[in-house]
Amino acid sequence: MAEAALETVALCKSFGALPVARNIDFRLPVGARHALIGPNGAGKTTFINLVTGRLMPSSGRILLGGADVTSLAPEGRVKRGIGRTFQINALFNRLTVLENVLLAVGERHGVAGDMLRPAGARRAVIAEAYALLERLALADDAGRLVRELPYGRQRLVEIAIALGLEPRVLLLDEPAAGVAAAETGLILDIIENLPSDIAVLIIEHDMDLVFRVAQRITVLVQGAVLVEGSPAEIAADERVQEVYLGKDSHG
Amino acid sequence: MTAAARLPQPPAVRAVLTRHRLRPIEALPWVCAIAVYYAFPDYLALGGQILVMTLFVLSLDLVLGYAGIVTLGHAAFFGTGAYVAGILAVRGWAEPLSGLVAAGAAAGIVGFLTGLVVLRTRGLTLLMVTLVVTQMLQEAANKLGWLTGGADGLQGITIPPVLGLFRFDMFGRTAYLYGLAALFIGWVVARTIVHSPFGRSLTGIRENVTRMQAIGSPVFRRKLAVYVVSAALAGIAGAVLTQTTQFVGLQVLGFEMSAVVIIMLILGGIGRLYGAFIGAPLYMIAQDQLAKDDPANWLFWIGLFLLLVVLFARGGVLGLADRILPRLRKGGDGG
Amino acid sequence: MDSALSTLISIAFHGVAYAMVLYLISVGLSVTMGLMGFVNLAHGAFAMAGGYLALTLMNRAGVPFFAALALAFLIVGLAGAAIERTLYARLYNAPELDQVLFSVALIFMAVASAKFAWGPLALPVPLPDYLRGQVDLAGHPFPTYRSFLILAGGVIVLAVWLGLERTRFGAQIRAAVDNRRMAAAIGVNTSLLFTCTFAFGSGLAALGGALGADILAIDPTYAQSHLVFFLIVVSVGGLGSIRGPFFAALLLGITDTACKYLIPEFGAFFIYAATLAVLMWRPNGLFGRAA
Ligand SMILES: Nc1ncnc2c1ncn2[C@@H]1O[C@H](COP(=O)(O)OP(=O)(O)O)[C@@H](O)[C@H]1O
Ligand SMILES: [Mg+2]
Repeated sequence: MAEAALETVALCKSFGALPVARNIDFRLPVGARHALIGPNGAGKTTFINLVTGRLMPSSGRILLGGADVTSLAPEGRVKRGIGRTFQINALFNRLTVLENVLLAVGERHGVAGDMLRPAGARRAVIAEAYALLERLALADDAGRLVRELPYGRQRLVEIAIALGLEPRVLLLDEPAAGVAAAETGLILDIIENLPSDIAVLIIEHDMDLVFRVAQRITVLVQGAVLVEGSPAEIAADERVQEVYLGKDSHG
Repeated sequence: MTAAARLPQPPAVRAVLTRHRLRPIEALPWVCAIAVYYAFPDYLALGGQILVMTLFVLSLDLVLGYAGIVTLGHAAFFGTGAYVAGILAVRGWAEPLSGLVAAGAAAGIVGFLTGLVVLRTRGLTLLMVTLVVTQMLQEAANKLGWLTGGADGLQGITIPPVLGLFRFDMFGRTAYLYGLAALFIGWVVARTIVHSPFGRSLTGIRENVTRMQAIGSPVFRRKLAVYVVSAALAGIAGAVLTQTTQFVGLQVLGFEMSAVVIIMLILGGIGRLYGAFIGAPLYMIAQDQLAKDDPANWLFWIGLFLLLVVLFARGGVLGLADRILPRLRKGGDGG
Repeated sequence: MDSALSTLISIAFHGVAYAMVLYLISVGLSVTMGLMGFVNLAHGAFAMAGGYLALTLMNRAGVPFFAALALAFLIVGLAGAAIERTLYARLYNAPELDQVLFSVALIFMAVASAKFAWGPLALPVPLPDYLRGQVDLAGHPFPTYRSFLILAGGVIVLAVWLGLERTRFGAQIRAAVDNRRMAAAIGVNTSLLFTCTFAFGSGLAALGGALGADILAIDPTYAQSHLVFFLIVVSVGGLGSIRGPFFAALLLGITDTACKYLIPEFGAFFIYAATLAVLMWRPNGLFGRAA
């Protein structure tokens, strides 16, 4: 069996009496393209928060590259290769696009704690951040304040920041949410062109996108894994159809 | 991979590459300060206090303006520095420069210890905790009369000449230059930090803590680091005040002190390094002119002014300049 | 032995009286801060206004004690509503720093105005004759006014609690503290609710300020010098909580009284230290919701 980039074992989390993660056993192999789908409130974002350390699990374990990180602080997990985007933009709104990405790249290079040398003297960091913006077609906006960008462009900055960390495990929480259809294609291109050794877990409601990107799909319902399988298996699964048609038909 | 050598330089990149470079305009505060020394020899006592407050406000800007930590207790560090310098002088360690260092170190230690507590909280609790810490120190200073002089303040401070050469004269000349030197060093420290990657990461923390954690930034440690540096600078400011006025009173640890230093920062412009150089002099000069006869009404007007600033003129003087200057320039181009 | 016991009783007695005042003043602060998320450091100014108003009505206009209290409650409550509508409401969504600055500005203006209008000294408290002197309870002499304070405070507290539990207004407040958006969604007029709550909280603070003038002397620095204690009550009690601050006020009132009796050489030092310890241990307060 291939080494898992990310693995959770019997992961549980409750908010008071409300269980939002129930015994989640999940395995993300190196280089995987995996989608996590499920109705609103299923616990998908919570799962990412558990994996990244924003939330502490009630029980269960989280392994990154085989190492147990369950009690590791969020920043320690980032150092071990986790990167994420947020479902709702969490950006540095009053900084420029370039500065947003610079902060991430600077952290990764381990220079961000330096008080003495000017940030502007770190040419390697700056060059890398700018190259990343070029790759994501954001270079033209590099000097603009993030808050002045349209939402769709801001979603790209989300991804750029995460990629600035050069993660081995990339967690994308609804990257195309709130993005106009025309721009969804751009996001799709970015995901398809990611280096093949990055393991990608994508949460997404846009089923076209899911089926184009994912090699495997996990369906989460009320905090528990309902089923996991290839796109074809998921598409054919009656329980999945029931969940989606039964509950989401109004949405 | 070393794209650094052939880094393309569109404006955004150039801005980042050059932001830390000294600009001619940055000489202005120092030119002004030296001009004041020669032009207004009768006002050097006030001038010295303005320099002290500028350093104090500058230290607050690191914490409040850059890291976004809204504290109501920055007087804790100013007061610690002031009292440590005073107590040392009274107890036989009167040499000013080492006293300054000791006061800065003491304030830094207080910053470290209280930061461990304060920086784990946020919002109202943080305000509360900073306020309580300051009140606690003030109460200690009040009750330890044998050490601090209690409510009467600490008297009998005499400071020997700086470096054995420059006597603190009654016109406040030495005091002024001494304060100016301290401010200059504080400015170098603050400026270096602000333009460092560490300083940038503070802005990140101010803008979005969640995201900072998600990019692997040790947020708490960063905040603690800047808190300690800022506390030390504030302590040095307090120590300069003690050494140059040869007196310390409880008000250096008061709520009003913490509040006024915030007001000065807001007045000048927050999170821009030079807000302190505008806010502190403006406030102090206005106070000197308007409050001589009537301190109570001064408080009223400053309150009203602050109210208007909050409601209508966020960004302070430098913020206003930001908004007005481009318009003027545009107007000029058009004409 | 006997004197130790009577000291204890005395501490508890004065502590509880003090706690009533602290609670009356602070409960409005707790609710408004919990409800609106507004960092209102100027709340003490309303208590101060109540104190000045009631004492001036009694001293200058000869208004009877209870009428003066009622007038203080009403007038300050109305003033609170007006200030909430014209000023506070503009800043509900403003950054925390702006709220802090705004309320510091109000404090400064209140302090300066009070000094201008009434001078720097504390006002005398003209108690009616029937509230002076001592009463005997179970062989112990107790100051009449403090006993009255405990009684009156207890009645008001009970009335407030019952009101919040039994009335529609109270239910709306509780719902909105829990989840403002939800409350708005089910048709609560939150802006009106905010105004009413603010007015009521200001009125209670005025009542507390007036009733407590004997304990927390009414002088111009009132809004500033007692601010920390009001905030301690609220933060230890649990922001947004209605009962939490009551227990916090009891704790603070009794501890502070005990410290002043037993170890006056330390002043309020231990109160502050204990508050820090408590907030370290439970950042959301002792009696607030765990979150
Ligand atoms: N911090 C929190 N406290 C309490 N409940 C929460 C919290 N975060 C999420 N929840 C609840 O947990 C459930 C799962 O939420 P979430 O993980 O965001 O779902 P999804 O991302 O699948 O839409 C929802 O019912 C949500 O209301
Ligand atoms: Mg979600």
